[in-house]
Amino acid sequence: MSDAKDIAVVEGRALVQDYHVPGSLFTGGKQVRALKGIDFSVAQGKTLAIVGESGSGKSTLARIIALIDPPSEGELLIDGQPIDITRRRPGPDMRSKVQMVFQNPYGSLNPRQKVGDVLMEPLVINTRTPAAERRERAEAMLQKVGLQPEHFNRYPHMFSGGQRQRIAIARALMLNPRLLVLDEPVSALDLSVQAQVLNLLADLQDEFELTYVFVSHDLSVVRYIADDVMVLSKGEAVEQGSREALFADPQHPYTKALFAATPVTDLDAIRARVQRRREARERQAV
Amino acid sequence: MAQLNIRNLTVKFATATGSFTAVDGIDLHVDPGEVLAIVGESGSGKSVSMLAVMGLLPDTATVTADEMTYDGRDLLRMSRSQRRKLIGREITMIFQEPIASLNPSFTAGFQIEEVLRLNLGMSRKQARARALELFTAVGIPQPEEKLKSYPHQMSGGQSQRVMIAMAIASNPRLLIADEPTTALDVTIQKQILDLLMKLQEDYGMALILITHDMGVVAETADRVVVQYKGRKMEEADVLSLFESPKSAYTRALLSALPEHATGDRLPTVSEMFLREDAE
Repeated sequence: MSDAKDIAVVEGRALVQDYHVPGSLFTGGKQVRALKGIDFSVAQGKTLAIVGESGSGKSTLARIIALIDPPSEGELLIDGQPIDITRRRPGPDMRSKVQMVFQNPYGSLNPRQKVGDVLMEPLVINTRTPAAERRERAEAMLQKVGLQPEHFNRYPHMFSGGQRQRIAIARALMLNPRLLVLDEPVSALDLSVQAQVLNLLADLQDEFELTYVFVSHDLSVVRYIADDVMVLSKGEAVEQGSREALFADPQHPYTKALFAATPVTDLDAIRARVQRRREARERQAV
Repeated sequence: MAQLNIRNLTVKFATATGSFTAVDGIDLHVDPGEVLAIVGESGSGKSVSMLAVMGLLPDTATVTADEMTYDGRDLLRMSRSQRRKLIGREITMIFQEPIASLNPSFTAGFQIEEVLRLNLGMSRKQARARALELFTAVGIPQPEEKLKSYPHQMSGGQSQRVMIAMAIASNPRLLIADEPTTALDVTIQKQILDLLMKLQEDYGMALILITHDMGVVAETADRVVVQYKGRKMEEADVLSLFESPKSAYTRALLSALPEHATGDRLPTVSEMFLREDAE
């Protein structure tokens, strides 16, 4: 049984992504290297968080891992198997293994599709599950993510942002994937709802031994959910390591800058700031 | 005397299914030179109450208040022309989406000079010189070049700096910033907040900061108002709010911060509390 555990669920080797930026009538286009050779691997049941600011290439990497875009160079392995989606389209088996949840639950659900149909569609496309069983599984999944079976026939607009993200997560889980790629899944949500969705993700990971690749710009969320962290800046992984090591002792200047910029609600820091303000005001009054 | 004083503000929207109360009896004041943070989640009415002050709500909104005064002057009974003299000069506002706040068809320089000419009656030449001064004050690199740039040629952080430059052009006494850094990366957010705080201190203006982010509150505010579903849950100075929050809602919000997670699970703003409060 050791082999199944030892092989990483997903592994990237020297992944590179070039985008072609078209020029105007008179100037030629140019290549932009969005990812400059990324290596990583995630073991089963673990969460790799990819942190970075806009333009860092974190969503580009997420799209490669989710088998949406092929990398320009490098190799992606799922369960130890090299995948090249330019040569051969991934079949239903492979598609079932890797699923994705997007940032904006208002954009990622079809407004004309009932929730039940949203959940059953992956089964229709990828499996030969009979209709009755599809419905049964969709209803069961609704309950798993904290919704009710009677939500089956409702449309997405009847749900709040947090509920919609639950629906998107439920859809991603319908095919019993091994790997879930989550691209900023809680950044569009209010704080109180964010906590519920993060708890849900943690519960589901335990129950199904899911592997997560979790893309986020929010260090406090990453600290809560990640096992390993990769810090991306301008297409390069400037720092990679376990959550404990990275948060205890960040090495790279960019990681340190990110930490320094993240607002904290630490009482001593507030006390010091209030004191500084008071002194500044007294100086002005004199 | 308070710079802005609001008592029992209620804002109702006429909708197809009847009237909807977005702000329900809010009391609020900000003193000269003070930084007030209004915190709440979506639907708390935090933006709506400030849009009511600015007179920027659509016609479907009904605004009532026992008092809404700026510097002792009654904003509710003021004529439109009197109000226009205040808004955009003494009271200015910046918004969440800096790129959407700028007109894509005109250069940044043209847009800020327009503000200076129309609101402050400057000549073109004066406006050009003052615009350059303001761009320098808000820390835009190569300010002369950037005056000639169009919004799409600037980053989000730079666009927000342009918006701030416009907002402080008239030396306002009150600046209202509605989620000014929500669309920006954390490192840029830090720069913009530092800039706002520096300008606030240099110019001695009052600043109302509308935000959903407790971290932003902790790093900027003197005093905090917490809103939930159109009502004020709590009002306190910033240290007391984080040290000993009085309302159950504030406590729930603070404990839902991932940085406060102690075990495996995050405490959530419990459904129980939400139901209790809705009644």
